[in-house]
Amino acid sequence: MRVYATYNVKGGVGKTSAAVNLAYLASRDGRRTLLWDLDPQAAATYLFRVRPRVKGGGKALVRGTRPVDAAIKGTDFDNLDLLPADFTYRKLDLLLDAARRPTRQIARLLAPLAREYDAVFLDCPASMSLVSENVLHAADMLIVPLIPTTLCTRTLDQLTGFVGSLNGRQPAIVAFFSMVDRRKRLHRDILADLTRQRADVAGAAIPAMSLIEQMAVRRAPLPAYSPRSLATRCYQELWQEISAWPAKLAHG
Amino acid sequence: MSRQLREFIVDRTGGESGAGAGTSGSVGKLADALQPRFKLSAGRPAAVRHVWLDTFDWRLHRTGVTLEYSIRSGSYQLSLVTREGVRTAAVPRLTLPALAEQLPAGPVRDLLAPITGIRALLPVVSTVGTRRELRVLDQERKTIAYLTVDETTVPEMDATAPSPRLAIVAVRGYEAQADRIERLIAGLPGVAAANGSAFRAALAAAGLDAGSYTSQVGVQLVSSMAAGPALASVLLRLLDMAEANVDGVIRDVDTEFLHDLRVAVRRTRAALKLAGDALPGGLAARFAPEFRWLGQLTTPTRDLDVHLLGFDRAAADLVTAAAADLEPLHACLVRYRAAERRRLVRGLRSARFTCLTHDWRAALSEVRAAEGEATRRPPQAAHEAHKAHRAHTPQAAHMAHAAQVPIAELAAARTRRAYARLVRTGSAVTPASNEDQLHLVRKRGKELRYVLEFFATLHEPAVHQSAVSELKQLQDCLGDIQDGHVQREAIRALAERMMAENAVPAATLLAMGELAAQLDATANHARGDFARRFAQFTSPRNTRRIALLAEAAA
Repeated sequence: MRVYATYNVKGGVGKTSAAVNLAYLASRDGRRTLLWDLDPQAAATYLFRVRPRVKGGGKALVRGTRPVDAAIKGTDFDNLDLLPADFTYRKLDLLLDAARRPTRQIARLLAPLAREYDAVFLDCPASMSLVSENVLHAADMLIVPLIPTTLCTRTLDQLTGFVGSLNGRQPAIVAFFSMVDRRKRLHRDILADLTRQRADVAGAAIPAMSLIEQMAVRRAPLPAYSPRSLATRCYQELWQEISAWPAKLAHG
Repeated sequence: MSRQLREFIVDRTGGESGAGAGTSGSVGKLADALQPRFKLSAGRPAAVRHVWLDTFDWRLHRTGVTLEYSIRSGSYQLSLVTREGVRTAAVPRLTLPALAEQLPAGPVRDLLAPITGIRALLPVVSTVGTRRELRVLDQERKTIAYLTVDETTVPEMDATAPSPRLAIVAVRGYEAQADRIERLIAGLPGVAAANGSAFRAALAAAGLDAGSYTSQVGVQLVSSMAAGPALASVLLRLLDMAEANVDGVIRDVDTEFLHDLRVAVRRTRAALKLAGDALPGGLAARFAPEFRWLGQLTTPTRDLDVHLLGFDRAAADLVTAAAADLEPLHACLVRYRAAERRRLVRGLRSARFTCLTHDWRAALSEVRAAEGEATRRPPQAAHEAHKAHRAHTPQAAHMAHAAQVPIAELAAARTRRAYARLVRTGSAVTPASNEDQLHLVRKRGKELRYVLEFFATLHEPAVHQSAVSELKQLQDCLGDIQDGHVQREAIRALAERMMAENAVPAATLLAMGELAAQLDATANHARGDFARRFAQFTSPRNTRRIALLAEAAA
């Protein structure tokens, strides 16, 4: 089981779109896939038309009074399940803090699912919190959407530094450019420079397109309702790059 | 991904609901039944072929599992139905028969492999028809369950078409809603809960029985039956078993076909040797050489199968040599097996084999039919016939007597004799005994095992089970000794043959040497265990069990 987490301290950068679309593409490849919507805003849950509720809330999950697999919902797509968000996740930090080994709780909860799933995607809320720290410990790879701005390198460096300071196993970090507007020179320049200079930035970039924003209207992953669009091709390229990433790292 | 499955039978005329017809009208009726809580989204009917798979000896059926391979619009899917639910996997087009290890990796294969083992999956029964899939949506237009309406026929001659089936598959996490959908659909006129699975319905339509093949003897004997006809019934069952496996051997479906064929032949030879005097007309003497020929015909291929089946494990156990060093040996084994198999197939297609099975069946059927005549004949006439036989020659008189004694009497005598022979041979084994002496003990053990199996239905099941279990432990020990010895010699012979063919690098020879040493070590370890196993088998408790079995039969 490989655990991917879409993560950025900033909100509105395309984390949920990436999590939903990449999870969908993974499942379409035949991988048994689970998406865990950790964001109390429940955007990913909404996109899959699932009610944002976990019986007993985050407390039941963290305390183990309700097994994680009992909360899982099948989506409308083969091989793709969802662990929905719950409004109580807004207090998840407190619940995690009360547990023993508070930074390893999400990894602990995912462990029993290893036989059932090939890929797990964690859609994280925008913050630097105990939840984020749990995600960093649980994930094999952090997928970091970046909007091409002058400060995005700083964001990525801060995250890389923080991950580097973690004890134990550290996730690989793969950033990609999101909401790219190629009409803007700044976007084009940053994209060209950073993909050339940095090994941790994916070549594939996701454009800013209303078709992607329509996910909230269609309430479905983009490749499901627009399989041949440019935006879908971009996500496919990104998924191909991400799913081949360990080999790429191994070959330096 | 596990989903629950609920199935209904739909009246072919559609009743008032017309739910089985899969037409837009019937979809409307279903949609009405689910209103207002749920909505339906209907897909188009598509041609579908369902093929249910199992091993020849019905391992999936016996485990309570069904495996369905469905082909629809150029896509192929495996559905494994267990007590826990349904697991599906999209697969490429399968070439059948197939071993579980040849299926695409994934949970379906992981669940299947321990059940099927070395047996191949074969098509058992198939249906063709149309499937219409409908999605049940909640208020958010989220799919919470799938309805499938299957209208199929079994493409066998004289098969009756199964009734249309409507299945509800709950999406994970929506089981409670699926329960409600089930209740709503169950209330529709012309719809009834399915009694059995679609697999069972297809089997029934094709006139097939699940679990019809077993390698157990299982002939129901009655104590008072005359020994001759009773033994003929057992031998006919063994002939059925042998013939059932011939096609699988010829097509090389999996190695167990040959194994089971050999078991049937070995049991037949043992029956002829141990109780052949109960058959009239010198049948045993006439057919024994033919079954010896058949046994010998199958031996070389089976020996090579055994090498190949244990190859990966043996290669993995190498310490000094690398597993790759054995690759030339593997290639040679495969080549030799192909050549031996050709010879085997020629033998099984020969007039000699056809005559053997045909004449044997005819002769046994005649003997068995005599049981019917004997029961119809007045007792005095039977007595006269008995006297006439006895007057002929001492040997003929003995045989006529053996044929007419009740089977229970014969079973008791032969069980006691087989046990006594095993005890005598085994007791003569000392640390200085050679492999041939131990092989003789093994043969005696097999003879006792076969006698117990032939007459199992005359025994108290619990005592029979315990006695066979003890015997099996002794046999396993003897098997390890014998197999280690035989395979070590076979490795030596293979090495000489490969050298003569210039087909063996030095590294392979060294690895084969290590392999031979491993086999020797296994045999020696088992040899060290023999005395304990034999003492356990001949313990007063087990001796009493054998005596009880003999008494129960008598």
